[in-house]
Amino acid sequence: MIKQVLRRLLFAAIILFLLSIFVFGLFYIAPGNPARLIAGEKASQEVLDQVTRNLGLDKPLWQQYITFITNAFQGDFGISYRNQTPVTDLIVSRLPVTFSLVGGAVVIWLLIGVPLGVVSATHPGTWKDRLAQILSQLFISFPSFVLGMFLLYMLYYLPKRNGFTLFPPGGYTKLGDGFIGWAWHMALPWLTLALLMAALYQRLTRAEMIDVLGEDYIRTARAKGISENRVIYKHGLRSTLTVLTTQLGADIGSLLSGSIIIEQVFGLQGVGALAVKSVNTQDRPVIIGVVLLGGFFIVMMNLLVDILHVALEPTLRR
Amino acid sequence: MSEATVRNTTSADAKTSLGTVGAASNKPTSGRKIEQLSTGQATWRRLRHDKASMIAMGFIVFLVLLAVFAPVLAMVTGHDPAQQYRETGLTATGLPTGPGHEFWFGADQLGRDELVRIAYGARVSLLVGVVASMCGSLIAVVIGVLAGYFGGWVDNVLSRITDFVMTIPFLLCALALVSVFGASIRMCLFVVIFFSWAVTGRVIRAQVQVLKKKEFVEAARSLGASDASIIVKDILPNLTETIIVYTTQGIPSCIVFEASLSFLGMGIVPPTPSWGGMLSEAAGNSIYMVAPWLVFFPGLFLLMTTLSFNILGDGLRDALDPKAGRRMLAKRRKRKGLAAVAGAAPVVAQVSAAKDDLAVAAQSALASGSVAGARPVAAAHSVSAAHSVAAVRSVPMGKEGH
Repeated sequence: MIKQVLRRLLFAAIILFLLSIFVFGLFYIAPGNPARLIAGEKASQEVLDQVTRNLGLDKPLWQQYITFITNAFQGDFGISYRNQTPVTDLIVSRLPVTFSLVGGAVVIWLLIGVPLGVVSATHPGTWKDRLAQILSQLFISFPSFVLGMFLLYMLYYLPKRNGFTLFPPGGYTKLGDGFIGWAWHMALPWLTLALLMAALYQRLTRAEMIDVLGEDYIRTARAKGISENRVIYKHGLRSTLTVLTTQLGADIGSLLSGSIIIEQVFGLQGVGALAVKSVNTQDRPVIIGVVLLGGFFIVMMNLLVDILHVALEPTLRR
Repeated sequence: MSEATVRNTTSADAKTSLGTVGAASNKPTSGRKIEQLSTGQATWRRLRHDKASMIAMGFIVFLVLLAVFAPVLAMVTGHDPAQQYRETGLTATGLPTGPGHEFWFGADQLGRDELVRIAYGARVSLLVGVVASMCGSLIAVVIGVLAGYFGGWVDNVLSRITDFVMTIPFLLCALALVSVFGASIRMCLFVVIFFSWAVTGRVIRAQVQVLKKKEFVEAARSLGASDASIIVKDILPNLTETIIVYTTQGIPSCIVFEASLSFLGMGIVPPTPSWGGMLSEAAGNSIYMVAPWLVFFPGLFLLMTTLSFNILGDGLRDALDPKAGRRMLAKRRKRKGLAAVAGAAPVVAQVSAAKDDLAVAAQSALASGSVAGARPVAAAHSVSAAHSVAAVRSVPMGKEGH
């Protein structure tokens, strides 16, 4: 087992290493001189040279890369070209928003998606199943920004026009300033994200459950006279956990790397919004930092899932 | 696991048996000539009975016509897609006019005709969706077949590349790419293709690994067929179903991906109408709060398009692999009796198909040796990569970057 984890860890490191080369190389071959960007259009040649030297851009690529990667290991991703703040600080200041968004949404989508999947699987072919299937097909097809704008219009603007505020249009208040305000502000983004993801989890749970419920050990459990609920939840749902956690890990990983579109729609200043802003302003160190952080989250979540599976699957504990 | 094996062992003769199944439904007693149906005909017969797929297909045909005849629509309404009709399109206060007989779908914030722009936007969406998905499948087939057929270091290198593309945060990387090279339709296509082949590639690789051990491949080889000949004549025909299904299901993902990029202002460059771009303009300054038709119509078209392709993709999958349904049926019959089976049949097929993919993916992970020392049975349940293939597969790609 340790060997397996080590193997995954090595693989994770290689992925991150390749990713860093990818983004770093990308910006090296990119047109446009970053020194010009910082110094401004009217800067003289001397100033330009000075800035180039300060950034270390006069050194060969591999040297620049080595400097970058050594610093990165110490948590230093350089300094933003735009507002002279360390990239790490910029990203860290954005993390609470993204974590709030993803964390809350995960709870909601699991609470909607998994039970619906179980209901579908235990009543296949009935109207309950069909309804759940249709809803899930609908929300799987919904582009996130369309759903976000739709919910904003229905749940923020229409009530407001009729004289009362049901939900705020967006924005973020700190969890430390009160749970209610925090949850109230996050409600619409959560709902949007959760509806989209719940559709997927409904499908996944349903497919897994239908398959599991056909297994012999479920028949045995029923034959023992265990209550149907216990059969479904204790024996049935238990064995879908492997698949669900795998998907959950992958989803959380990629959402933490920036729920770019949802943050954009609701004006949340999270990591995704930072990425968009830095792309628009050509702020390369920030882009590199965000991409690497995104890769890091994904790889780490995958690793976590692998370790979790060892705990969930007795056959792996050897 | 076992299901995938069953499916694949029978896939060679499935072609002929499908025909017999189709023929059997032509009542032999009626004295009519019994003809064997080709796979295509048999699939079409099954698909034709699937109402949802037919409606979806109807919408897609409508959309294609809309895109093709966009200039005609511009002529009929008398509105050019890029022209700003400030007198008629905007009210005295500068707000866009709503849907009416002058502007059927209303006008946007610059006084342009929303309907005409949607029609032209359909061109972009369909073009990017279909072209990107087909190119993605092409790359997937090349990489999957090479990796699966030759194995060894070729497989190692190609599989690691696939893993890499699957692991990186693709919307972020797409943004980085666009920020470096600038937004354009060509860049947009490239980005969408680059991030859309990996899952299909992995599934195809797994199928090829199974196929290449089949008797008919051995037979071909013993007759002196070259690798190229075996790949083209024996392996590729057996991948047709997979390629068709995955290409269809890839189209909505590509469309959403493009729309997402355009929504962020990094896809199609503004004067060209695109649905994502139109929605983005509607979101700017929250203009859609007072002019909801700016979100409603492009949003509806986008949703209907992805929904239609998703439904058609699922329908095609079930129609191409009817055995999956019957297999599950047998399993359920043992449990619940025939009454339950009758209702369960159509929904059950898709579950089974999803399980097949999962099993195929598990095999793939096994073969690539990503779990060192794990027994096959354990591996099938444990390899997270394998599960995520099956899981990710059913997720439209654009979704991951909410």
